[in-house]
Amino acid sequence: MTQDVEKNTARRKRRDALFAVVGLLATFVGMITLGALMLDLLTDGAGRLSYAFFTAFPSRFAGRAGILTAWVGTTLVMLVTAATAVPMGVAAGIYLEEYAPKNWFTAIIEINIANLAGVPSIIYGLLALGLFVYQLNLGQSILTAGLTLALLILPIVIVATREAIRTVPNSIREAAYALGATKWRTIRDHIVPYSTGGILTGVIIALSRAIGETAPLITIGALTFIAFLPDPPITSEFPFISFQWLMSPFTVMPIQMFNWVSRPQAEFHLNAAATGLVLMVMTLCMNAIAIYFRYRFRKRIRW
Amino acid sequence: MTNGPDGGKMDLQTDVETAASKTPKPIINNQTTTMQQAASAKPIIKVDDVAFYYGDKQALKSINVDIAEKRATAFIGPSGCGKTTLLRCLNRMNDLVLNTRVTGSISLDGKNIYDPSTDVIQLRRRVGMIFQKWNPFPKSIYENVIYGLRIVGVKNRALLDETVEKNLRRAALWDEVKDNLHKSAADLSGGQQQRLCIARALAVEPDVLLMDEPCSALDPISTAKIEELIHELKNAFTIVIVTHNMQQAARVSDFTAFFYLGELIEFGETGTLFTAPQKRQTEDYITGRFG
Repeated sequence: MTQDVEKNTARRKRRDALFAVVGLLATFVGMITLGALMLDLLTDGAGRLSYAFFTAFPSRFAGRAGILTAWVGTTLVMLVTAATAVPMGVAAGIYLEEYAPKNWFTAIIEINIANLAGVPSIIYGLLALGLFVYQLNLGQSILTAGLTLALLILPIVIVATREAIRTVPNSIREAAYALGATKWRTIRDHIVPYSTGGILTGVIIALSRAIGETAPLITIGALTFIAFLPDPPITSEFPFISFQWLMSPFTVMPIQMFNWVSRPQAEFHLNAAATGLVLMVMTLCMNAIAIYFRYRFRKRIRW
Repeated sequence: MTNGPDGGKMDLQTDVETAASKTPKPIINNQTTTMQQAASAKPIIKVDDVAFYYGDKQALKSINVDIAEKRATAFIGPSGCGKTTLLRCLNRMNDLVLNTRVTGSISLDGKNIYDPSTDVIQLRRRVGMIFQKWNPFPKSIYENVIYGLRIVGVKNRALLDETVEKNLRRAALWDEVKDNLHKSAADLSGGQQQRLCIARALAVEPDVLLMDEPCSALDPISTAKIEELIHELKNAFTIVIVTHNMQQAARVSDFTAFFYLGELIEFGETGTLFTAPQKRQTEDYITGRFG
């Protein structure tokens, strides 16, 4: 009997060790792939990275081509996306978590949101083409692109907001209600401030997904060759702020990459690699910002 | 089982309406004495035939009890007997729990708080609450105390400062924290945090203070401080305290209600209930035979 247990224990411990090894290998596959990818992009593209590369318009000569219009386009589209998806997503998340009655109707909404997160991005492109471009006549503009990507990441923002809100202990809600606070007051003073770190993390992760999206933007007709910048947002005449840029045609980094990769000349492929590198760095920076925010907000709120 | 509380309720109502001079109909001796004593204190809350359901499960059965003004009333009984549920009905905190239902009426100063015309926000400002697990906001001590004033838009700095000092003194916390008012409430000990929550509740100037096992997670020294505090506070506030600790009920309360399995078994003046309980279950419980 004792012997059996001993043998059994040894076997169970071996299994434990085995799983640790398998898990480690699985982790390495991901790490190595990412490392190889970065290395590949670096060896191909690093040579093209220069001040001129960031400030030059695209060109039919690979050596002179730059990503100015692409990164400006990406930045502006992201601005529109963030400005629309964040308020809508956070408001929807708060509503569903704090206000919505639990009935079949909200259950359907919840299932729908979960499903929306899984819809292929090109479908959003088709929707945007029909709705924003043809019905609302917004054109193949930065505004259309920003709204399209906003729709795409809306479910992610909603889910992230709800998750963040759920981490606020119920005792805090009770404390506020017991003092005669209204629901809105409780949300404004407690729920949102205490979950800001989590919400921001979700928002930035959603935006880093949007930044790399290509398919829906091609569907709405983003151009691949843009040799001019959108109108500047600040003008010299009253009222000094212009929203003309919202309606201008655009390109974004992944589309610029796609354009260069599809050319036969090898020099353009180097440009694509360099663009890819910049895009990767942008995404990693956004993730770093997310981590920083999470750290700062968690530190500020002590239970 | 015969329904003592029902008889008690009739007596109480007569009492309230016709003042203390009239002798209530003696249904049960103990309750008669109770009523006479209760009569000296005006009831501020009248619980009338209240039943409470969590989904299909009935948690309270036809409860009738009067809470005397500026006295401490204790709810005792074994876990799951409904005492906390009833307490949370008194400021409609149970509204926040999904799928619950309440029948009967609870009146505060003669007005049914479950009437659709009742403003729950106003009600909760009149009936404050202290929770089993202290729950200060993750803000400064100062901000915690004045939160109830902030939400109604008080901005006058002098008034806020004054409120902080007054209520921290009332909660016997001032001397311990007066130099650190802008430090996080999380830096305080458990007992201090609970007293901070009391100060926060008092700052709203409620009429009634509900306390849901306020000491159950505290050490004996902190518990003693809070009990002392309750003694002080009942001069100015009506206190309803739920407790598992019978010594505590005996020490701090003027009236005690014993609940068992969702029913009010016995309600009376604390001294009488503990020394000469009328019901078998009460006696068994207070002598430690069950619960």
